[in-house]
Amino acid sequence: MALTDVTHDAQDFAPPAEVEEAEVYHPKTWLGKYVFSQDAKIIALQYSITAMAVGLLALVLSVLMRVQLAWPGAVSFITPDAYIQFVTMHGMIMVVYLLTALFLGGFGNYLIPLMLGARDMVFPYVNMISYWIYLVAVLILLASFFVPGGPTGSGWTLYPPQAILPGTPGSDWGITLMCISLGFFVIGFTMGGLNYVVTVLQARTRGMTLMRMPLTIWAIFTATVLALLAFPALLVSAIMMSLDNLLGTSYFMPAIISLGQQLDHSGGSPILFQHLFWFFGHPEVYIVALPAFGVISELISVHARKNIFGYRLMVWAIVVIGGLSFIVWAHHMYVSGMNPYFGFFFATTTLIIAVPTAIKVYNWVLTLWQGNIRLNVPMLFAIGFVFTFINGGLTGIFLGNVIIDVPLSDTYFVVAHFHMVMAVSPILAVFGAVYHWYPKITGRMLNEGMGKFHFWMTFVGLYCIYYPMHYLGILGVPRRYFANAGANGLPDWFPESAQMVNVGITIAAIIVASVQLVFLYNLYYSATRGKPAGGNPWGATTLEWQTADTPPTHGNFGKELPSVYRWAYDYSVPGAEEDFIPQNVPAGKGTGHAS
Amino acid sequence: MVLVIVLILLVIGSVLFHFMSPWYLTPIASNWGMIDDTLTITFIVCGFVFVVVNLFMAYSIYKYRYRKDRRADYEPENQKLEWWLTAFTTVGVIAMLAPGLIVWGKYVDVPEDAMLVEAIGQQWRWTYRYPGADGVFGTVDTRNVSASNPFGLNPDDTNGQDDLLAGGAEVHLPIGGPVKVTLRSKDVLHDFYVPQIRSKMDLVPGMITYFWFTPTKIGEYDVLCAELCGSGHYNMRSRMVIEEEADFQAWLQTQPTFAQLLAGVGGTSGGTPIEQGEQLAKDQGCLACHSLDGGAGVGPTWKGLVGKNETLIDGSSVLVDEAYLRESIVNPNAKVVKGYAPIMPPAQLTDDQLDALMAYLKSASG
Amino acid sequence: MSIFSTLSTKPWVAERGYVSDSHGFGLPTARVFLSVFLGVVTAIFGLLTAAYFIRMTYADWQPLPVPALLWLNTAILILSSVALQWARTSARHQQADRVRRGLLAGGALAFAFLVGQFLVWQQLGSLGYFVDTNPSNSFFYLITGLHGLHLLGGLVAWLRASLRLWRGAETDKIRMSVELCAVYWHFLLLVWLVMFGLLLVT
Repeated sequence: MALTDVTHDAQDFAPPAEVEEAEVYHPKTWLGKYVFSQDAKIIALQYSITAMAVGLLALVLSVLMRVQLAWPGAVSFITPDAYIQFVTMHGMIMVVYLLTALFLGGFGNYLIPLMLGARDMVFPYVNMISYWIYLVAVLILLASFFVPGGPTGSGWTLYPPQAILPGTPGSDWGITLMCISLGFFVIGFTMGGLNYVVTVLQARTRGMTLMRMPLTIWAIFTATVLALLAFPALLVSAIMMSLDNLLGTSYFMPAIISLGQQLDHSGGSPILFQHLFWFFGHPEVYIVALPAFGVISELISVHARKNIFGYRLMVWAIVVIGGLSFIVWAHHMYVSGMNPYFGFFFATTTLIIAVPTAIKVYNWVLTLWQGNIRLNVPMLFAIGFVFTFINGGLTGIFLGNVIIDVPLSDTYFVVAHFHMVMAVSPILAVFGAVYHWYPKITGRMLNEGMGKFHFWMTFVGLYCIYYPMHYLGILGVPRRYFANAGANGLPDWFPESAQMVNVGITIAAIIVASVQLVFLYNLYYSATRGKPAGGNPWGATTLEWQTADTPPTHGNFGKELPSVYRWAYDYSVPGAEEDFIPQNVPAGKGTGHAS
Repeated sequence: MVLVIVLILLVIGSVLFHFMSPWYLTPIASNWGMIDDTLTITFIVCGFVFVVVNLFMAYSIYKYRYRKDRRADYEPENQKLEWWLTAFTTVGVIAMLAPGLIVWGKYVDVPEDAMLVEAIGQQWRWTYRYPGADGVFGTVDTRNVSASNPFGLNPDDTNGQDDLLAGGAEVHLPIGGPVKVTLRSKDVLHDFYVPQIRSKMDLVPGMITYFWFTPTKIGEYDVLCAELCGSGHYNMRSRMVIEEEADFQAWLQTQPTFAQLLAGVGGTSGGTPIEQGEQLAKDQGCLACHSLDGGAGVGPTWKGLVGKNETLIDGSSVLVDEAYLRESIVNPNAKVVKGYAPIMPPAQLTDDQLDALMAYLKSASG
Repeated sequence: MSIFSTLSTKPWVAERGYVSDSHGFGLPTARVFLSVFLGVVTAIFGLLTAAYFIRMTYADWQPLPVPALLWLNTAILILSSVALQWARTSARHQQADRVRRGLLAGGALAFAFLVGQFLVWQQLGSLGYFVDTNPSNSFFYLITGLHGLHLLGGLVAWLRASLRLWRGAETDKIRMSVELCAVYWHFLLLVWLVMFGLLLVT
């Protein structure tokens, strides 16, 4: 299928970046322009809006979960089954259908061609199809709420055997729809991802060498490569589990007596599934984290008016983290019953990742040092990101160190850690990025007052949610529990006061969730009533700010593509007139020189 | 400037919270104090980095706040500084990893003289097995599981004849000696979890997993399940009793052997029918799904159950009387109450046991 | 320039003011696209192979008898690849007639391979080796099925190229299509040989 389109464009021996403005196909109809558009910028918006819409649903689910945890039984429709269904759908939507789609499908589509000086993605048609397949995946996922038995309640990890046995809700329809939806997602993503990678390799404009690329592009590029290689593992495991479920094979299913009934399976290994799943699942963490890293590097450099510190090390760190992410997966399986000697290897590789990650943090902070820091809304979110990421990264060292993981695994410490590191941090990066690039997308600034309110409530609120949660985990509170008090009451080590923490967390969660409405309203309000932004409101160097039109038109750069003469971070160059020199400005008068 | 103050407050607040919060590790009841020590080392190293980096960031933001008349410095990189930071980080990582791996080495190395006990998981209850006088477990196979052989032992294996089969309510262990807990599951993944002993491991159907610890404190501890195993996961409970060797031996004597079970003797303890029924309800894991206090659960609550009129899945209604209850215990998915999933395993009980359970159910119904 | 020396350039000094003539690496874009795509497919079959090896070590694994027809199918797939390679070389030399013949033969043989694979499935089924009989069967059906699907996707691309050729497109215009088809065919042949080898060895 992908090959079809290869041949479709195959007559283009020349790289598409050479395409003249006159040759860009401009559709005449409204439908062709805004719905079945092949313009990466429109596709980016379609991806973003769909992802955010389905993300809102996942947000509501999380609030419902929190309500149950704070006031058990208060809402009658949250049954034990509904609760684990919410857990599952919340996790899966947030990780795959929101963050992956938003960072790669959304930001990737918008930024790659613009930042690299290309007219569009190299295969616009495939790019369009990619979005529509993603939409189908989302719709199938949503459909599972309306089938008998509801969506699957097996946790986002979808572990067999429970995922396909009757003791788990959604084991008949829900899990099948989930696997089909994931299959569509992977196919759709692969079509988009091939585009992003090939565009980065092939469509960079004149002078845009690899080491002149902004870190955002480096990060999205690496994340896409990871995704292309990791998603097949999810696809394969979903197919194999579906065969176990529907055709009675035994890839993952051993002999089982389920609810009093002997099943026909025999000899399979649930651990095999876990290996396959986490071979996808761990790179997935970096598929979400790396684009956030890239965006934050951009934001901090632009708004501190200073070049990113240690650009080369930042690039190397991205690449090294990407590579290492494929040999750490079993740190999610320390207490899974796998050969315990694997623990030595995976603990070591996991803690090695801490080094390049720490370097990135140091370099962000050192970029602030001796900068000229403007604390506008994008910068606030960027600093909020660094703060929470430090916290989430450090707790990762606890869990990566195999022996400490033993008491903490499957407790709220894990929940707090991964939310801090791959929910709070990336979403702060997303917000920062939206405030940063919204002026380019719409031509208007987002309202600053609403933005600051949004930042403070979100940043402090999220910290109040997740910081105390670590301590519930250290205390021993297990995750994925409908209620801590069972028929025999609370466990004897569970103090009443810990329940107060749950109440506090829930109140903070409700506040943070409602504040997001302000953000949505701001997006709507500022689109027509925001302050006009001009082409380059932040004084940034990268190419997307140098377009002839704002918002950029189809074809991005008008008649002629820009040529690139310098790296992406010429801020405050000594001797230069301005405190930034765009990448497409040749050396000459007024550009000073730095070395 | 608000940001600088907030960042500093968050750092101070986090540190204070750490030291002042009453929510921390439960008092330890096993030999794994070393795990707690490794955790402490990690807290010290990570806490140091957390405080220093964040305070430095706050200071930078304050010192280099925007001023119209100033320009930022131009410094693409500083290799010396970057090398130092890398080296420093590497040392910190080794300081945390090395002790961790040493303790892990102990964790995977089970002492030769460890006593054996087996925990078996199924949705949503625990059962336990001891190797008996010969100190060797008989072989098992999930395929052997039946009403008369709930543990799935191989009837032809002589090693299994003296295996002691305990109900689900309690697992007893003697204090002071190492215990190797072998784990297996009849259906899905579970995880044997007692926070006070720190160690835990998943139960995986189709294979036998294990972990070990030495109980060091007499007492009773809640056993929980820490791996999502379906609807009743949150309520899959049992008790672990740590006691003196003599008490342990006395308790062990009351447990039936596999041979006895096959012969149909032993198994019921004394007491009134209601007490026996209560014991059964705990052993059979009934309470994982059915609450006693009217609270929501995976199955209908037992409070006020008898005499209620319930609507069934097919729309018909039924009076909950003794006949209906007896049928629903033996053949639970024949008449399922509306709003609940047909996921109750049929109970495998003798007539006497069924009578006792009915007696308890009626008294619990109130 | 090697990747390491590229990654160690200091973009703020070494290349200041430099601008190249080319965009990206200046390779044919479609070929880069195909290479990346083949990387993804390699990941799929690589993971399946890994799963195969792990699952094989469990007690209940019973090797599947290898139907003789598989040897014939393999020969057909090899011939199919050869035919497309012939078309590819001919396209380079602008020999339209040979391209046409090579393309047609390649596609027909690939189709024959798919039919042959389907017959193997039927044969195994009639012998009582169903997908759920034993994990080795499950893997066989899964691997041959996925491989067949990939080949089917290739046939769609092949069909488009062929149609264009028959409608009178210049050899030059479809040279890249033929070339990519050939590369894809070789790749799927390689995958098949590895998978078939796996089946024979175990």
